[in-house]
Amino acid sequence: MADVLPGERPQLAPPVDDTGPLGWVRKNLFSSWGNGITTVVLIVAIGWILSGFLHWAVFTATFDAKSGAECRGHGACWALIREKYRYIFFGSFPYEQHWRPLFAVVAMLAMLILSSDRRMWNKRLIAIWGVGSFVAFLLMFGQIHISLGLILFVALAAGGLGMILRGAIATPGELNGWRALAAVGALGLIGRITGVIPTWSLAIAPLSYVETGLWGGIPVTLILATYGLVFAFPFGILLALGRRSNLPLIKGLCVGFIELIRGVPLISLLIMASVMLPLFLPSGMTIDKFLRAQVAVILFAGAYIAEIIRGGLQSLPKGQFEAADAMGLNYVQKTTLIILPQALRVVIPPLINTFIGFFKDTSLVLIIGIFDFLNTANQALVDPNWAGFPGEVYLFAAFIYFCFCYSMSRYSKHLEIELNKGTRR
Amino acid sequence: MAVEALGSQTKAKVPPWNDPVIRGWVFQIVVVALVGLLAWFLVSNTIENLQRQKIASGFHYLEREAGFEIGDTMIQYSPASTYARAIFVGLLNTLKVAVLGIFMATVLGTMIGVGRLSPNWLLAKICEAYVEMFRNVPLLLWLFLIYKLISEAFPGPRQAINVLNSFFLSNRGLYFPVPLADPAYEWMGIAFLVGIVATVFVARWAKKRQDATGLPFPTIKAGLGLIVGLPILVWLACGAPHHMSWPELKGFNFDGGMVIQPEFTALLVGLVLYTSAFVAEIVRSGILALHKGQSEAAMAIGLSRGQVMRLVLLPQALRIIVPPMTSQYLNITKNSSLAIAIGYPDLVASVNVTINQTGQAIENILIIMAAYLSVSLSISAFMNWYNKRIALRER
Repeated sequence: MADVLPGERPQLAPPVDDTGPLGWVRKNLFSSWGNGITTVVLIVAIGWILSGFLHWAVFTATFDAKSGAECRGHGACWALIREKYRYIFFGSFPYEQHWRPLFAVVAMLAMLILSSDRRMWNKRLIAIWGVGSFVAFLLMFGQIHISLGLILFVALAAGGLGMILRGAIATPGELNGWRALAAVGALGLIGRITGVIPTWSLAIAPLSYVETGLWGGIPVTLILATYGLVFAFPFGILLALGRRSNLPLIKGLCVGFIELIRGVPLISLLIMASVMLPLFLPSGMTIDKFLRAQVAVILFAGAYIAEIIRGGLQSLPKGQFEAADAMGLNYVQKTTLIILPQALRVVIPPLINTFIGFFKDTSLVLIIGIFDFLNTANQALVDPNWAGFPGEVYLFAAFIYFCFCYSMSRYSKHLEIELNKGTRR
Repeated sequence: MAVEALGSQTKAKVPPWNDPVIRGWVFQIVVVALVGLLAWFLVSNTIENLQRQKIASGFHYLEREAGFEIGDTMIQYSPASTYARAIFVGLLNTLKVAVLGIFMATVLGTMIGVGRLSPNWLLAKICEAYVEMFRNVPLLLWLFLIYKLISEAFPGPRQAINVLNSFFLSNRGLYFPVPLADPAYEWMGIAFLVGIVATVFVARWAKKRQDATGLPFPTIKAGLGLIVGLPILVWLACGAPHHMSWPELKGFNFDGGMVIQPEFTALLVGLVLYTSAFVAEIVRSGILALHKGQSEAAMAIGLSRGQVMRLVLLPQALRIIVPPMTSQYLNITKNSSLAIAIGYPDLVASVNVTINQTGQAIENILIIMAAYLSVSLSISAFMNWYNKRIALRER
């Protein structure tokens, strides 16, 4: 310190080597001999691979051809994608009706994107999903017949749920509304079963009917993954609560179910759904193949979601449970008002990661003959006119999957940071 | 707990419908009764359907002749063998893919994960691109792509890529020479196992000595010597048999030697590439979770870089890494069932053929579930044991 002269000194710029692009390159690519050699080897390898790939995929590729024969001897045959993309996206859906699955996909993507905005996380979202799902399925099926029994059952279920979940916090007027809904549903169902009320169904049929066997491509993948998660979510909550319950029989049932499902591959559940489910049902009663796959996906997803939610439940401090008990809340009140709102907030990012997993895993349904996106891509290869270009089709399909999954994983990371803002130091 | 305690203390005052204990039991009985009712409904339907379709239930079909070929068998198998043997062959194939996949995915994944933390920006970015590329595309798509590339990009057997006239790479797989059967190899196998057991004892002794005296012992070198050296000694002692079975082109395919089939290669490569992306993320987050002070303190007391990693960082990172790694190992085992899509005869594929031939869906699915459950439970039991062994001993 004694050597420092008093008075101002001009501030010198930092050495050129340490700042700017040159400094960055020095620091990050050539910090030592070994590092420099690694960098050079990697650059050469990347250049070699990239030039080979570009040569194949761009410079010698065929973008326009009448058949696969014209592509032979050249690079990539993107003409194949150009020829088949409608089939790859929408499967065997009637060709001139392709606008329907297109708009159904748009509706589902819109719902997913709206749900990603935190400002939308309220009751409006449920309404949006109800209307959006109805529109999407109406577009896919073309005609929807809703029987009176189903309407009454939904009324009973909604009324009952409202009574249980809103029982503690609803105004007397709202509560009476739920009670009335449940009563109408229950009385109507009794009337329907005893035959007092005649059978009737609400027919909404603006378009031609398209059966699920003809569905294919992106809409199938999206429906299986999205509705798999939507229905598995409440199921998973119940399983997780059951697993943490003090009641030994309930706990045993839930643990048994979760561990059984998690211990076996999804394929075995799908094979079970396709060959065993028909045996389980009374003779004459059949369930659509698509629905069977959807049920298998829901059961599978439920077990995994239950474990994630259990993680959220375990992360809550014991004081939350004790405080709720001390307030004199009953189990339903404690769970719906204190525990779940906090536990679910923690598990949203891992839930999105699970959704990415399901989105990829739905590709397994091709083994039981459902035409999801990967299966339609696979089928596009079968055409003898275009045989011999699997790389192009699979790369195209991989690119689409990547876009979906990568954007969701970025969103999940972003959300994790957002949600942790309050607790981070 | 609080509610229950309250309930038992004031039992005399509350009416039974408000007693939480009684309520709990009533609720449980109702739920179990509903589940039982559902089960009874399904079972009774099933019995009725089976009787109508005249399918005999029971596992007797397992002793009948299977009648189908299996492309890759680790034990003696022919179409004249029983269904039970066919399913067992499938199970062995599943285990083979799972064990190799777990080993290779761990090695590759650890390399990629450490690579992501490299000070070299380019290497870190390439590893990140690798992880994102394999993580965000379905495994099944990778399997199809790899399988199709192998079967379309490689030449037919007649134009096979020939290395030293002994390795032949074609779209039928990789053919390579193997030694002809000789009793010496069985003895070598035993020597190999003895080497492993001896290494375990040497490692224990070395650790005890180092704990007591501080003197290090080259355990890794000694272990390698035992595991590799003992079989070689046995081989020499047996007169060094060296008769080989060479692959030869006969007609449309090769004969003799041993083959690694394209289905197997595609399945293993696909599984390893896909899972290693997840393993890399686990390893990376495990290392990142450690406090910087750990490596600084270790270097301050004069340990070398390798020692810092081996003695200080890795044992701590392992505690974080092992639980999620267990679920990745289970995933590899379960995902190996995708073999059915590219035609590799694993457990699910053999059972599926059996279902189609015999119609015994329920028994066969029970077999699949029992097999996977026991494999999964053994892997988790082993990993839990290992996890407990390395866990922090808090006092």
